[in-house]
Amino acid sequence: MSPAGLSDYRRREQSVTLSQLDEPLETGEHETSQELLTLNFGPHHPATHGVLRLLVTLESEIVRDIKPVIGYVHTGIEKTAEDKAYWKVIPVIERMDYLAYYFNAMAYCSAVETLVEVEVPARGQYLRVIHLELNRIASHLIWLGTSALDLGAVSIFLYCLREREMILDLFEMSSGARMHTRYFQVGGVIEDIPAGFEGKLREFLKVMPKRADEYSAILNSNEIVLQRLRGVCPLDAESLLGLGVTGPLLRAAGNPWDLRKAAPYSSYGDFDFKIPIGTVGDNYDRYAVRLAEIYESVKIIEQALDGLPEGPHITADRKVALPPRHELATSMEALIHHFKLVTEGFRVPPGEVYFPIESPRGELGCFVRSDGSSKPARVHMRDPSFVNLQAASHMVKGSYIADMIATVAMLDPILGGIDR
Amino acid sequence: MKRERLGGPVDPSKLRVRELNAHQLLRGSELEGPNRPAHLEGEELERYVEERVLTTTLDSAVAWARSNSFFPLAFGLACCAMEQFHAAGPRMDIARFGYEAFRASPRQADLIILAGRVSIKMAPIIRRLYDQMLEPKWAISMGACCSSMGVFNNYALVPADKFMPIDVHVPGCPPRPEALMHGVLKLRDLVQDNPDSGWRERYGAVGTEERP
Repeated sequence: MSPAGLSDYRRREQSVTLSQLDEPLETGEHETSQELLTLNFGPHHPATHGVLRLLVTLESEIVRDIKPVIGYVHTGIEKTAEDKAYWKVIPVIERMDYLAYYFNAMAYCSAVETLVEVEVPARGQYLRVIHLELNRIASHLIWLGTSALDLGAVSIFLYCLREREMILDLFEMSSGARMHTRYFQVGGVIEDIPAGFEGKLREFLKVMPKRADEYSAILNSNEIVLQRLRGVCPLDAESLLGLGVTGPLLRAAGNPWDLRKAAPYSSYGDFDFKIPIGTVGDNYDRYAVRLAEIYESVKIIEQALDGLPEGPHITADRKVALPPRHELATSMEALIHHFKLVTEGFRVPPGEVYFPIESPRGELGCFVRSDGSSKPARVHMRDPSFVNLQAASHMVKGSYIADMIATVAMLDPILGGIDR
Repeated sequence: MKRERLGGPVDPSKLRVRELNAHQLLRGSELEGPNRPAHLEGEELERYVEERVLTTTLDSAVAWARSNSFFPLAFGLACCAMEQFHAAGPRMDIARFGYEAFRASPRQADLIILAGRVSIKMAPIIRRLYDQMLEPKWAISMGACCSSMGVFNNYALVPADKFMPIDVHVPGCPPRPEALMHGVLKLRDLVQDNPDSGWRERYGAVGTEERP
């Protein structure tokens, strides 16, 4: 950690008590403080955001190295996906990164759509964007609440959950479930939004920026939060790219890489929004970038709602998408299609595809290989939490153990996505 | 319009008598005259006491107190942990029932809510956490994964019942915060109705204690 990045408080603290640690200590009474201590941190610990285990090597209070140990929520989702028909994979895929379930479904459905060459109608694309951005806000709210909890700010957690309840209510309106909604289908979305959804969504969009202002008012005027975030554990964009880190962590270091702009999918090109970036890439920038993304997501949803095109919400290709319920009573063909889809599923031409999207944590890519049958030969997710976690040790080396907690919080790892 | 009390005007002298009555009763002395309260004897006295005095055993009083103030372990595994947050959040507000004191250490907790999927790698750790909790202790398995492996019927997961005793299973994938609260309140009824000394007696496992 460079001394230039230190806050006044930290510099003073280091100069008083821990300056001798930077140089080798002289033998004598201080010898014991040079000993290295290995501390097991997790998998059950309130600050690990799941069941992450870190083996921390400490020299007094300074972190010399951390080794993440993962696999404590390994669920075998990728293997399970090989055993299910394409459209039955969606529910298990959704449960990987459990804060970004719409994103998991989006990456998978888009990959399969590319393989079967199905076009999603414009209304379906816009509805997807609305739900994806709502999900991004919901994910950032949980991140903000739990991270603030780690830093000692308890009330912000309750405020964040208050807004998240509004989002989950909207999800429940459109799909019937709060989490793991299975709303996205191959070819579009399962149902159009119900009456009253728009009004409730507009209400939320009016409230959310004000509430985000309140969060920043609470946190940005809190001396403890600032001292624990500003100048703590920075990492430059080049090393982050070398480690494969994407998403808010990379943007906090000043690199405006966002797949929504770089390779627009699902008509993200239609919307006008900015990509918040940081300058130094310290913990404060990571926090500020995510908070700013909430405002941008609100803007995107507003535009998508205003410009929501009329038309079908799911493709008319009956080989891929289920026929509407009312057709089953009148059309023999619809009945046959329904029967074929529910029993066998649809067959996908052989080939492989990688489809990346921008999840709240970075590049979430889905790789699907088809062997021509109705079940995928291989489904693999490039989960951003997994890749971002390897940057953790580079960030925290040489910082205090308390800063490690703040850094892991700002890293926002979701263990369901890491272990799958 | 003239305002009058319901039932016509009140006789102030009657009011005065009632006031005096109460006053005398408080002081313990008896009132003379027609408004004197009757002395309770025999069956009437017993009914009077029954209506006003509560007797209980120490066990059930303790069980009542315990069941209304679980200290849950702050422990989340996967998706269900998010709904567990929401149960503690502002809408569901678990504090209404007295269960808001989430503890970070198993030594201080008496309720473990297994919120999420338990992998085979995680199972021994959960078992250790459960063993570290002090008696009396209870366990809730939240969600389908933890109760029956849920939508993932594969090599990686293990249902919680295979390695530790579970008192209440909450179905759902994930269960709503309301469902979790329903489960916790079911556990409250269980604790109130069956005060006992530990899970080994509840599950017929006496004699399986670990020997040092």
